[in-house]
Amino acid sequence: MSSSLERVAPVFFGLIGLGLWQGAVWALAVPPYVLPGPIAIVNAYAGDYGTLNAALVSTLTVTLAALLVSAALGVALALAMAASSLLRAAIQPWAVILQVTPVVAIAPLIIIWVNQPFLALVVCAAIISFFPVLSNTAAGLAATPSELLDLFRLNGATRWQTLFWLRLPAALPYFLAGLRISGTLALVGAVVAEFVAGSGGFASGLAYRILEAGYRLEIPRMFAALVLLAFAGIAIYAALGFLAAFLLRKRDGA
Amino acid sequence: MLTVDAVSKRFPNGTQALEAISTRVGAGDFVALLGPSGCGKSTLLRLLAKLELPTSGQIRWDDGHEPGAGEIGFVFQDATLLPWATAAENVRLPLRLRGISAGESRPAVMAALAQVGLADFADARPRGLSGGMRMRVSIARALVSSPALLLMDEPFAALDEFTRHRLQEDLRKLWRQSGKTVVFVTHSIYEAAYLANRIVVMSPRPGRIAAEIAADIPDTPDRRVSAGYVALVQEVTETLRAVMPV
Repeated sequence: MSSSLERVAPVFFGLIGLGLWQGAVWALAVPPYVLPGPIAIVNAYAGDYGTLNAALVSTLTVTLAALLVSAALGVALALAMAASSLLRAAIQPWAVILQVTPVVAIAPLIIIWVNQPFLALVVCAAIISFFPVLSNTAAGLAATPSELLDLFRLNGATRWQTLFWLRLPAALPYFLAGLRISGTLALVGAVVAEFVAGSGGFASGLAYRILEAGYRLEIPRMFAALVLLAFAGIAIYAALGFLAAFLLRKRDGA
Repeated sequence: MLTVDAVSKRFPNGTQALEAISTRVGAGDFVALLGPSGCGKSTLLRLLAKLELPTSGQIRWDDGHEPGAGEIGFVFQDATLLPWATAAENVRLPLRLRGISAGESRPAVMAALAQVGLADFADARPRGLSGGMRMRVSIARALVSSPALLLMDEPFAALDEFTRHRLQEDLRKLWRQSGKTVVFVTHSIYEAAYLANRIVVMSPRPGRIAAEIAADIPDTPDRRVSAGYVALVQEVTETLRAVMPV
């Protein structure tokens, strides 16, 4: 009973908030180009859902591509770092430099360098999203229980056997935790890259629609795009959470 | 089986873990390495397993036969099972690492599980097993390749008293029946006295052998409360007090 109430509570709270928002907009006669009410936002979405949905799909495509690149690159670099301390020393500072450099600052360069707009956006998004996968997977590979490593050594395990049968599966929870952070970062990266690229970029994502709506003072449409982005972020976070729970349950048995 | 000849071990950080250790492990012996934390008993065990190399001195195997992969069974303080593998897959691991197929290793795996009383739990995952059962799987894993030498590093220290007694009894029975050589590290006087037929008492910093005590109490059902056992516990306790004044 209390748990079902707890489940309804955030929805209820949100509805009250939306009601107050709409009421304030009506009561104070706030013009929609300053702050549209929720009804105006829903109407804006209903009036333009074709374009907005297509924009959502476009942004999600970039996000997903960037996430896949992040996962592959992060795991590959983490493996290289685990394989040799020389490679670790060589890679680590550059990974950190790439991570701490604001992507907004390098996005214009990347968009100039990479001619293909879709690719340019993916590169920008991947640059900020690969680090959590890399650092988490590296931490997971380094945290293999030393007794299990001893056991593998005692039984004459090869390097590859130790990697595939012990270190990689042992690092899986770390990798998945990193992937979850990277998922939301990839969305942020995709949006930032679209903003920077503007009409010179792919010109079809949600961030571009937000820019466009801003220029045209179509503020309710801008909010509609924002709401879609928020939902996309929540969906990615939840989906990667489910993926992690599923894979770990599969790995360790019910 | 093997002779430890003036073995010393100094770690790179300067800690002298072992100093001039000399002893013998005879084939079929059950040797307990007994001593307080930090006396180097685990280090000595790792040296026997060739997981570490001595700084000086040497460990000589009888007939000059150096054991290869799978010829030494090692049981750690924790069960250290792969959480994603079933009990049978965990037990199979040493054979799998040597390239023996699942079908080929099946009889050995089932026999090892049966030896520790877990024949019915072959498909259970570690998270579904109790602490005592996990340790049994771990022992089965050490037995699966039929090693002549079984090294155990405080394997029962983390278990509750009742489970520990059961496992001690089963291990003693297993040793009697299989004739394996066992070197068992423990910091429990009672455990050493119950299990071993030879107790090597070690003193700490640096680790030295302080005394060796023969322990041959007959395997009667009341062994744990027999006069011989009580006398042995007393003897070991007095020896420890003599070499380590409080």
